[in-house]
Amino acid sequence: MSDAPSVPLLELEGLRKAFPGTLANDDVSLLIQPGEIHALLGENGAGKSTLVKMIYGVLRPDAGTIRWHGEPIELPSPRAARRRGVGMVFQHFSLFEALTAAENIALSLDDAPPMDTLTERARELSERYGLPLDPHAMVGDLSVGERQRIEIVRCLLQEPELLILDEPTSVLTPQEAEQLFKTLEQLRSDGKSILYISHRLNEVQRLCDNATVLRGGKVVGHCKPARESASSLATLMVGSELPEVSHDDAPESGAVLLEVRDLNRPAATPFSMALSNVNLEGKAGRILGIAGVAGNGQGELFEVLSGEALLQQPESIKLCGSLVGQQGINARRALGAAFVPEERLGHGAVPSMSLVDNTLLSRHRSDSAGLVGASGRIRRGKLRELTTHIIKTLDVRCSNEQQAAGALSGGNLQKFIIGRELDRKPRVMVVNQPTWGVDAGAALRIRNALVELARSGSAVVVISQDLEELLQISDDISVMHNGNLSAPMPAQQASPESLGLLMGGAEESRDQLAGEKH
Amino acid sequence: MAFELVKRPMPSRLFAALSPLIAFTLTLLAGALLFQLQGVDPISGLYTYFIEPLTETWSLHELAIKAAPLILIAVGLALCYLSNNWNIGAEGQFILGGIVGSALPVLFPAFANSATLPTMLALGALGGACFALIPAYLKNRFNTNEILTSLMLVYVAQLLLDWLVRGPWRDPAGFGFPQTRAFGDFALLPAINDAAGRAHWGVAFAVIAALALWWLLRSTRTGFEIRVVGASPRAGAFAGFSEKRLTLFVFAVSGGLAGLAGIIEVSGTIGQLQPAISPGYGFTAIIVAFLGRLNPLGIVAAGTVLALTYLGGEAAQMSLGLSDKAVRVFQGLLLFFVLATDTLIHYQLRRSGDKHGA
Repeated sequence: MSDAPSVPLLELEGLRKAFPGTLANDDVSLLIQPGEIHALLGENGAGKSTLVKMIYGVLRPDAGTIRWHGEPIELPSPRAARRRGVGMVFQHFSLFEALTAAENIALSLDDAPPMDTLTERARELSERYGLPLDPHAMVGDLSVGERQRIEIVRCLLQEPELLILDEPTSVLTPQEAEQLFKTLEQLRSDGKSILYISHRLNEVQRLCDNATVLRGGKVVGHCKPARESASSLATLMVGSELPEVSHDDAPESGAVLLEVRDLNRPAATPFSMALSNVNLEGKAGRILGIAGVAGNGQGELFEVLSGEALLQQPESIKLCGSLVGQQGINARRALGAAFVPEERLGHGAVPSMSLVDNTLLSRHRSDSAGLVGASGRIRRGKLRELTTHIIKTLDVRCSNEQQAAGALSGGNLQKFIIGRELDRKPRVMVVNQPTWGVDAGAALRIRNALVELARSGSAVVVISQDLEELLQISDDISVMHNGNLSAPMPAQQASPESLGLLMGGAEESRDQLAGEKH
Repeated sequence: MAFELVKRPMPSRLFAALSPLIAFTLTLLAGALLFQLQGVDPISGLYTYFIEPLTETWSLHELAIKAAPLILIAVGLALCYLSNNWNIGAEGQFILGGIVGSALPVLFPAFANSATLPTMLALGALGGACFALIPAYLKNRFNTNEILTSLMLVYVAQLLLDWLVRGPWRDPAGFGFPQTRAFGDFALLPAINDAAGRAHWGVAFAVIAALALWWLLRSTRTGFEIRVVGASPRAGAFAGFSEKRLTLFVFAVSGGLAGLAGIIEVSGTIGQLQPAISPGYGFTAIIVAFLGRLNPLGIVAAGTVLALTYLGGEAAQMSLGLSDKAVRVFQGLLLFFVLATDTLIHYQLRRSGDKHGA
């Protein structure tokens, strides 16, 4: 072993990777020392994922060298990378929900020992690094945080020298994240190196020794995060200083345009969440934020609000004065509601279809624009006009209105989808994850547009995992946990800590008491 | 050595347009090789197969007679396939259309007036549609695989027809031959130009159906619905389209058109029911639909090409002494090459583990 401090564990020099149409990584160099937590910072689309995939052997660089303990190496496959001692925890887990934790671990190992030994070793590791884990638990029953622990343990079982974590806290509550940081610090003191990918600056400052910042596929700076301020890091990442979301005072209490009363919905599949006793009010002029860790019923709530899933009791949802629990999405649109789902590709838009066709997707029956004639004939001219108008209003970057939706970047497509709904001036708008995977500029534009819509007298409901975003734009915040929704609290009184407790389920007992009072 | 298919970032539009032609050329080359192996001169073999049928008026009429059912069935199938409904049972729907439409002249030969033929055509379409709704209903209700159910119903239809013409519907004056009585004049679909050849008005139905569905897909909300649900069912739900309702609709339309093709074949070409009324039109139409790129206008061209393989097969059987299975071989080759070229438009082949790609 040549572990002398002078020889870095990993050294990247001049890495370059081009995809048709884009240069994802250009002349990227990076040093990681043994026993170091190194941050890879950058906005969505800055090239972080591409770089990491090259280190983990998923992609092969077009040019440049990778040195491991000072020696140039080739990584033709993830298997080769694992054998060298690189482990990776992906942002989206690859676990079988119907298998136990231990079975999932065994499946992923290149040469798995017998089950008993494996279970024992997993238990040992999880105790040493503070990763409580029951090897016999069914993955489908586990929370996201627990699933992440399985992923980490299965990496650690391969005894990696370098552990790569891709946006690990995006699915955790602040408290769970704190727990993860302790684990990572423990790993560091054991001499392991960690490459930590994130765009959350406070975490990086809290945890990382060094940082490399990517923008547009290029390294724009190396720094020690502890010595920088959050705003200097942000400026480095984004390239310019971003204006704040303008958020003036909301009217005290507007008319209730969207009202959900004692809504219950059984789980549709074994792995989806049941909604129990959900109450919420969308008031004219105000934004209601719904926080929560992914997978706590937000998707199920959205489906019920939009009418993609119908309810047994029509009276559970009241929209602009009508009981709509059993009415479909277009009937609700006709009443003045608009919806933006979480998934852009394949839900909010059809990737293979043009923007013009995608305009029609949510607008063919919804409003007076008259895009479809009485005979069912599509009015192409009108439709094209409307599409170019949406593109212009929201500054959607695309070659023209006939471009396929799938060819747009995440931020531009999201601007288009939001713009498509805003253009109708909806009285009620429900948005799920408005800025997920969207670059900072587009996110700002979208948030401002939502605030503007609310201030013009509409009721806006924003479901988001991004606490910072919710604190920025909401007037009231509720937290979703385990299919329950907490009572709303004024956003001024909410803090990440108090919300974090609710996201972890602290309110449940209180909710049940409230339920019994009815 | 292992190969893998890698998705192309940008499929070429040029090759997407050319691929049916390339597939057809490759079919000709493979066909020439087969003729060679059979001891037939490849040039005269291909001439007999693909050129000779086009040189005489009467055989052009035959071509139209064979193209019409292929086009009628295939445009309906295109609706199904575009919306992700895999109706493989058009052959059965064709036969059921023939049976139900024939019920009138077989059971009520006395009902012979100018309403006879329109009623038969309507009954035929209705029979095909109802038969196609069985797999659609099973799919919606029980989530069964429509590929299997629609295919299996083909054999039900074939055996039903066989039983009818040998049993209850057999012509009492037919010397025991397994066939129904010959239809009366009012039950026969007339030829367009009797003097020139046999081509009947079914050809017009095919062209009208192709134009109508082309317009439906291109310009109407229903066409949009079909394309959205086929491309992405969740986006379809977001648009407020009902996948189940659409499944019923496309199966009904495609079954109806197949049934119409069936009764047209019986009343226009054959003139009575017999144990076999289709040389596999329902299956060949699947090739037609894909060769025509699921576009109704493309299907008109593709249907003509596939009709040619039937005619060429008959000619090759007579003048070259080739087996009638040669038709199937040519059709199979064509489908194979169409699918292969389509795959290569969207994917490129390269050695796995190769750094730079092939």
